[in-house]
This record gives sequence, C-alpha cells and structure tokens, in this order.
Amino acid sequence: MTAVVHGDDEHAHHPFLQHQFEDLGQQHEASILGMWMFLSTEILFFGGVLCAYWIYRVMYPQAWVLGGEQQNTLAGGINTIVLIISSLTMALAVRNAQLGSRRATVAMLIATLFFGSVFLGVKGFEYTMHWREGLFPGVHFTWHEVPELAPKVQLFMVFYWGLTGLHALHMVIGVGLLLWMIWRAWRGHFGPEYYGPVEVMGLYWHFVDIVWIFLFPFLYLIPHFGVHHG
Amino acid sequence: MTSVTYHDVRFLEPAKTRNYLNVDYGAFSWLFTKDHKRIGILYMFSISIMFILGGFFAMMMRLELLTPEGDLLTSDTYNKFFTLHGIIMIFFFLIPSIPAVLGNFILPIQLGAKDLAFPKLNLLSWYLYMIGAFVGLLVIILGGVDTGWTFYTPFSTQYSNMHVFGTTFGAFIVGFSSILTGLNFIVTIHRMRAPGLTWFRLPLFVWAMYATSLVQLLATPVLAITLVMLMIERVVHVGIFDPALGGDPLLYQHMFWFYSHPAVYIMILPAMGVASEVVAAFTRKKIFGYKFVAFSSLAIAFLGFLVWAHHMFVAGISVYSAMIFSFLSYFVAVPSAIKVFNWTATLYKGSVSWQTPMLYILGFIGLFTMGGVTGLFLAALGLDVHVTDTYFVVAHFHYIMVGGAVMAYFAGIHYWWPKITGRMYPEWWARLSALLVFAGFNLTFFPQFVLGYVGMPRRYHAYAPEFQVLNVMSTAGASILALGYALPLAYLLWSLRFGRKAGVNPWGAVGLEWTTNSPPPKDNFHETPVVTWDAYDYPAMLKAMGETQNV
Repeated sequence: MTAVVHGDDEHAHHPFLQHQFEDLGQQHEASILGMWMFLSTEILFFGGVLCAYWIYRVMYPQAWVLGGEQQNTLAGGINTIVLIISSLTMALAVRNAQLGSRRATVAMLIATLFFGSVFLGVKGFEYTMHWREGLFPGVHFTWHEVPELAPKVQLFMVFYWGLTGLHALHMVIGVGLLLWMIWRAWRGHFGPEYYGPVEVMGLYWHFVDIVWIFLFPFLYLIPHFGVHHG
Repeated sequence: MTSVTYHDVRFLEPAKTRNYLNVDYGAFSWLFTKDHKRIGILYMFSISIMFILGGFFAMMMRLELLTPEGDLLTSDTYNKFFTLHGIIMIFFFLIPSIPAVLGNFILPIQLGAKDLAFPKLNLLSWYLYMIGAFVGLLVIILGGVDTGWTFYTPFSTQYSNMHVFGTTFGAFIVGFSSILTGLNFIVTIHRMRAPGLTWFRLPLFVWAMYATSLVQLLATPVLAITLVMLMIERVVHVGIFDPALGGDPLLYQHMFWFYSHPAVYIMILPAMGVASEVVAAFTRKKIFGYKFVAFSSLAIAFLGFLVWAHHMFVAGISVYSAMIFSFLSYFVAVPSAIKVFNWTATLYKGSVSWQTPMLYILGFIGLFTMGGVTGLFLAALGLDVHVTDTYFVVAHFHYIMVGGAVMAYFAGIHYWWPKITGRMYPEWWARLSALLVFAGFNLTFFPQFVLGYVGMPRRYHAYAPEFQVLNVMSTAGASILALGYALPLAYLLWSLRFGRKAGVNPWGAVGLEWTTNSPPPKDNFHETPVVTWDAYDYPAMLKAMGETQNV
C-alpha cells in the first residue's frame, strides 16, 4: 500500500529524496519494484532467444552436441564459480550499505567489480580462441568435422555468440553501474535510511548471474546431457 | 464557466496562476523537462507528425486503388507505401498514442501523484521514441522498405534489397520507449496513489493502463529479441530463419506474433479506458459493473498472450494447434463483450449529453463491436482460410485499430483538452469532425469487408475491374475521413489562442484530474489530495449539487 500520508517529517529534506515522492520509504519501494519490472522484461527478452535455441536444439540434437564439444568447459566452469562468488560479495555490499559501514560497502563493491572483470576476461579469452578456430558465424565460419552438419553447427554458434554476447553486454553495463555505486558509496551516500541504489544494483547483478547459470549448461554441458531425439 | 465543486472541495482560480506551461519558457525547458505533462505534450506533437505521414501513405494507396489499373504508383512504390503506412501507424503512432500522450498526462493526476515514479526514465522513453522515429524516417529518405510491417522471413532476410535493417532497428529502439512507459506506469500505479485511493476507487482508465503496461512490459522484449535475430541474420547471413540454412521461417512468425498480437491490446485497452471515463462522465452515472470492467482489462491482457497463432492458420502450423488457437481466440470475446455490455448498460437511463467526446466514444463502441465480431469470424478456421490475405482482414483490423483505438484517442484528446490546455475547443466544429470521421470511416472500410469476402487480395496495386465500384466508395470514404481528421488539427490549434477558458471542471466530471486547475500546476495539486469517494460517484455529486442549489 502506498497510502503514506505526507507530512513535513524528518525525511522530507533528505538530499536524495526526489520531489515526486512523499518520503524515502515510498521512493525505495518504487525503485525496487521498478527493477523487478525491468527484470521481468529481461526474462522475456532472454526467454525469446532461449525459446528459439530450444526449438533448434530439438530439431538438430547432433549439431548441438558437436557445438557443445567446441566449448571450453573448464573456462566456463571457472566463470560460473567466479560469478557465484561475485553474487555473494554483491549481497554483502547491500548488507553493509544498509548497516552504514562505508568502508565494507566499498570493499565488497570493489570485490564484485573484480570478479565481474575476471569473468569478462575469461570470456574474452574464449571468444579469441573461437575466433581463431573459425567458429564465428558468417563468411569465415569453418567446419570440416561432419560437413553436412556445418550449417546447423553454425546455427548453434549463432546462439552461442548471441546469448553469451548479450550476457556479456549486461555484465559490461553492470561493471559500469558498479563503478558508479563505488563512487557513491565512497562519498558516503548510503546508510540505513538510504541504500536503495545498491539494492537495485544488487537485483540486477543477481539476475545477470542467474542468466549465466542457465547459459552454462545450455551451451557448454550439452554433450554431457544425453540428447534425445525430438 | 462552471463553478461545480466536488465534495465541498472548492478551488479558486486566481486570474494568472502558475501552471506547468508558464512555469518556465524556452526550448530547453521542454527538451530537458521531467514533467510528465510536458513529456505527454512532446509525445502528442511527435505522434501527430507520424499520424499525418502515415495518413499520407494511406491516401496515396487509396488514390492508386481508385482505378483497377496500376496507374498512379508502380508496384514497387505501392509495396513501399503500404509497408511504411503500417510501420508508421503501428509502431510510431498507435502503440504510443493513448498511453504516451493521455496516459502520461492524465494518469499521475488521476492518481493524485506529483509525477510518474521515474521522471527521467519517462524523458528517456521520449528520446528513444524520437531516435527510433528518426531512424524510421531516414529509411524513407534512403529509399524505403517493402516487406510489409510484419517483416516476414525469408523475404525480409534473404530477398528484399531494401532497408530492412534500418527499419527493424528503428522499431527495435521504439520498443524500448514503450517498455519504459509501461514500467513507469506499473510502478506509479502501485506505489504513488494518493491517500485513500484504493485499487477499487481507481478510475477505469488507470486499470486499462495497468493492463496495457503489463502487455508492453512482457510482450515487447520478445519482439525486440526477434528483430535482433532478424538483423543478425540479415547482416551475418546465417540461417536463423532461413530454411536453406536449417532455419525455420515459421519460428519467426510465431515470435513476431507473440508480440504483435498482444500489441493490438496495447492499442485497444487504453481506448477502452477512455471509453469508460467518457461514458460515465456524459451519462452522469456510475459505470455499470465497475469490477467487471476493471478485471476484464486484465483478462484481455492475459488472454491476448495465448492467441497469437491465429495469424498463422494458413502458414503451415499443425491442424491441432490451429484448433487450439482458434478456440482460445474466441475467449477474448468474453471480456471484450463484458465491456461493451457494461458501457451500454451505463447508457441506459443515463442523462446522456452529446458532447464531442461522447460522440467519438459512441462511434467507438459501435465500430469496436463490428471489429470484434468480424474478429470472431476470422478466428473460425474455415472462414479464415477463405478470407486470409484479403481485404476482409484489412477491414477487420482497421475497425479495431482506427474505428476503435483512433476514435478513442480523439475522444480522449477532446475530453482532456480543456485540462491539458485550459481552453475549450469549438464544440460545433468538433461535433462535425466526429460525425465526418464516423461516416468517412464506415464508407472507407465497410466496402472492404465485401471486397475481401468476394476475393480481392490485399497488398496489390492493381485489381480486377469488377471490384472497382466498392474501391471507389472506399477511396471516397477515405477522403471524408481525411477531412474529419484534418479538422481537429485546425480547430484545436485555433483553440489554444481563441478557445473559451475552460475552468477547473468544464464537464462537471468526477475524478481527481477535475479537481485541479486547468492547466494544472507543475506538481499537479497544491496539496496532496485525500480520496474519500468511489470512482464515478456521479449520483453523490448530483445530490451535492442539488443541495447547493437549494441553498
């Protein structure tokens, strides 16, 4: 319920209270709900391309296994662990912002930034390898193993590059947001009264992690799943 | 000039008040505004240009179809024109029309809020719209596009040699503007309602906008990712949807219509919201079956997600899935009919006044019903096979989109014009425009039902001579329709300077927007209103007015 009757209470002049809100509580609830709504859009955004991925996976199980075999499971596995740790540090950053401990908040945000950057570095390494192996779709795509499956393996690689690229784009945006949050936390903007931006940032970061938790098995572990024919 | 006050709340209007229009001046005060009212006006200005442009392409098509021979436009030009007409009218006019203009302006005021929850996001959505529209216009200058507004593959990815990439990129960007508007509305409705304004005291326009926003939020991203895949396929030449390379063109249609069928409800749900407001205001009655009307909006939004493949009955989907989609499509008729019956029941024994918004809405109810019922014809598998890709389909969706959504947009513009500008439009001219639009619309599109039924296919610039009489009627109707649409443009601009001052509440309507000044102050209300009454409490207001007169 929003029915927070306005009044000139002690919150009314908080420097980060935006004019359209009655108080910080309303502002906080609005920003959290706003991020959840944005994430629901994101679910459908990724959901659309994942749906296409699944349909072709059922249509071309062998090509999907061959495509999965091209992936560096070790790199993907390391990245999965790195992202899960970064989710922990992100959650700790939110908690510390809420408690008003500035140094711990900044430290945890920097840790999250570090793990996020490690992820992007490993991803960049994988991309470089794929590029050299001729696994980028288009005119330079090379595939000799089972020639008749080449277009379908290419299709797998389209989804690989598309999905991980979209995910990496979200990571890059997340890194940018983290830098902003680190700056704000360093300036001492957050405390028990006002920590909404860190929490909203956290929601976004966890979402991007969860997307990866889906992408890793879909793209890397397929050969180990035992694909059945549709 | 009326001095109607509601529930003893009196608002005196000083001679020269500060309002959102005169609070500051200059281009920058508009281009960097975070005021939802000014952003609404920016949208109104932008989509009006798009409406004129889309109307131009429509008019050129109708002129070409005056004669059976293809003598005015070449077939290539005609292909471009119907494509641009569709793209402009759907993505750049209808989708943003009522939500981004009237929703932006009125919704926060109806909630008793100072602004939307995220004013900067709101401004960003207008800029995204403008960038998308600019890309779209650039395509027209560069030579156009000929895929139809649906961008069906593999034509759009493999064969068309025109600017498919630019057009889809424009639609992609505009999609995000639509998502941000929906997101903003949902959060605002949840978190920014005035004290006492419970869910079941909300105006039905708010319920309709809520349902619309859900569709914008959950359907638009699927179109976005579909267009991304299409652009990738077009640029990198891989076979996501190309059967020669292992892709599935039907998948494109499924994903496209997963958005584009619900998109119809992005257009019609806000229109239904306007209808509820106007019908109650001009019958001076409580809306009949408030909760049914409110929940039917949500039901339409929900069911709208389950019917997309009825656009694909002849595209080669399995007969079983076709049967299921046909069956589900019938369900949409139930909540739609609930609304129509409830508006009609509200009219019953109401003291109906024939002001322009009401004329537009009465037209809306009739035309929407026609469009809805012919939609049921098309949901029937057998008949759909017969009339697929004929003018029957064209007539059907124009009854919904033009007879429904555009009529209601004009009704809403007239209804809230006094609030937006502080001035009354000239009633006589406005009534004339409503009548011209209604007559012109029917003359344009009713013959197309017949043309389609007897077999005239859509999207051709030439046709068999026996179809000419009906086509001449249609073109004549389109000319009347164009006049009907041109009139408001003239007299609304005229009214900005010469219109009578509107006062707080020219219609004697209830609702929070009619308790604040016209035009409203920058923060909408001088103090946060507290709501103690139900929506559309006209009986109580009439009683209060009677008592005032007796004193």
